[in-house]
Amino acid sequence: MNSIELAGVDYAILGIYFAFVVGIGVALKRYMRSSTDFFLSGRTIPAWVAGLAFLSANLGAQEVIGMAASGAKYGIATSHFYWIGAVPAMAFVGVFMMPFYYGSRARSVPEYLRLRFDEKTRGFNAVSFAAMTVFSSGISMYAMGLLLGALLGWDFDFSVLVSAGIVLAYIYLGGLTSAIYNEVLQFFLIVGGFIPLVWLGLKDVGGWSGLTTRLAETARQAGFQPGAWTDSWAHMGSASANPMGIEWFGLAMGLGFVLSFGYWTTDFLVVQRAMAANSMSAARRTPLIAAFPKMLFPFLVIVPGMIAIALTTHAGQSGFTLPAKPDGSTNYDMTIPLMLGHYFPPGLLGLGLTALMASFMSGMAGNVTAFNTVWTYDIYQAYINRSASDAHYLRMGRFATVFGIGLSLLTAYATTQFNNIMDMLQLVFAFVNAPLFATFLLGMFWKRASAHGAFAGLLGGTAAAALHHGLTMPAAAAVGFKGGWLGTVVHGYPSEMAQNFWTAIFAWTTCFMVTILVSLVTAPRPDRELRGLVYSLTERPRDTGLAWYRKPSALALTVLALALLLNVVFF
Amino acid sequence: MGLDIRLPIGLMFSLLGSVLAAFGLWSDRTIYARSLGYNVNLWWGLVLLAFGLVFIYFGRRGTRALRSAAHSAAMTSPASVEERTPVPHGQ
Repeated sequence: MNSIELAGVDYAILGIYFAFVVGIGVALKRYMRSSTDFFLSGRTIPAWVAGLAFLSANLGAQEVIGMAASGAKYGIATSHFYWIGAVPAMAFVGVFMMPFYYGSRARSVPEYLRLRFDEKTRGFNAVSFAAMTVFSSGISMYAMGLLLGALLGWDFDFSVLVSAGIVLAYIYLGGLTSAIYNEVLQFFLIVGGFIPLVWLGLKDVGGWSGLTTRLAETARQAGFQPGAWTDSWAHMGSASANPMGIEWFGLAMGLGFVLSFGYWTTDFLVVQRAMAANSMSAARRTPLIAAFPKMLFPFLVIVPGMIAIALTTHAGQSGFTLPAKPDGSTNYDMTIPLMLGHYFPPGLLGLGLTALMASFMSGMAGNVTAFNTVWTYDIYQAYINRSASDAHYLRMGRFATVFGIGLSLLTAYATTQFNNIMDMLQLVFAFVNAPLFATFLLGMFWKRASAHGAFAGLLGGTAAAALHHGLTMPAAAAVGFKGGWLGTVVHGYPSEMAQNFWTAIFAWTTCFMVTILVSLVTAPRPDRELRGLVYSLTERPRDTGLAWYRKPSALALTVLALALLLNVVFF
Repeated sequence: MGLDIRLPIGLMFSLLGSVLAAFGLWSDRTIYARSLGYNVNLWWGLVLLAFGLVFIYFGRRGTRALRSAAHSAAMTSPASVEERTPVPHGQ
């Protein structure tokens, strides 16, 4: 692949961005006086800032690159990750769950689990979550290093070390506040870098109608109805009618309910941003404010993928093709970088690459701040050193930032050696995470749910996920990390995505049932210990006295109505 | 926190916008064959500059408000803890 030459102006833009992110860390250093300042931003962040950070922490390079890749591979149906996935889940966490997270004064998601259930559930969640953050930031570092190497000819070590070093500097200095402030800056940069790409791409293919015409040809060549790439729901009647290989029920339950709610409502990486908000109403508005831009992100990240595949189908006219991997399949991951190189002249190209770097850093900073908090409060303070001074925990937080990033670097380099280890770890964490939403749902809304019930449910759900994965296979895959490792294959799925969604459904259902059954035969905690932690024992937050556009319920209804509208428009 | 985030964001975008727009003014027209003939550096640079200036304006206002709030909080009793502590039933 030809690498793209950067001009002096492109490096100047990248340099300005680096100077500002580190500068923000330096400017915030003097406000980091206690561990609460460092891990929770002293609970002083305004709602709109927390909201954009909530969105941005999730917007890692893998999200941007992956969503564009999926846009090319599956078309507008990728928007289901947003319009039935993330947005309803964000509305739910803001209206119904934030009162417990914020109101309980828990400092982390595992700590909420300790307050609501007991130590073992917290320990299980803390350890698996801490490991997951390290591995996911390591894997995304690896992906970024490879990408910059392929695109710009940059040295792998150089890309990885420089970006890790910058993230380390600004979090070490300014803690969560620094991460959050930079996430807001990164959010605007990602938007500012990708709008021109979408505009030029659409201009080139003749707008949405031109894109639809071209993608009809793409769909025809792949053996689908002409609208398979441009209709989000019309071809979901059966798994064989759409490129995703999934039918509406698996999609709505697996992605819309279990996976999206599981991620957005229980993952401390995002929840931490809302916990840093300056009041209960700001904390509840955080995910709701994030939902508005989230809804529009498909236009920014999925549409470029759709344009790329349309150009590839008509390569004769456009002179643009997505490259092939060594095994002959299309390398969709190069969609965004190649589109930037195709449309952006020097100058704007620097801005586009800076946006890509910004997405990488915001995703990594999200993982690092979540890791240092969970490590310090839920592992170090809980099991290693219970009664140190606050200054000690602040120092430990800074230290954890350094070794968290160090471990991520190790993971990145391990991945270059043993690619299969990463597949396996990602799989294991998918098993651990899928059932967690059932635990939270029961924990927050059913006061009878007991500690033993929750723990047994989590273990049962994880086992069910592993069992389902071990007994099923996606089409055209080898036995191993893709499934079927238990010897027999009892069911085949048309795609990996379909298999993932159904694994999640099985895990969730098992955790839900096991938690209920075990809770019914074990002792619940007395009501007085559950005040502020369970719906029926907590006073509803009062929204009176707030302007309507600041009321969580009104915002949530607006968000849901808009998401519904988008689903209808692109049906 | 005595820093309104809109201020650094505004400064950065004004700077990036100025660099892009200036480069657009002086750059060779042939590089815009890629971007369908549009001088995207100049136009998008100006958009980013305008965005940056708006944010600087609000950031400065916000920083002044933060400073005076911090000042008055120091002068009076501890700030109210508006709806921070949940009020359980029956207490």
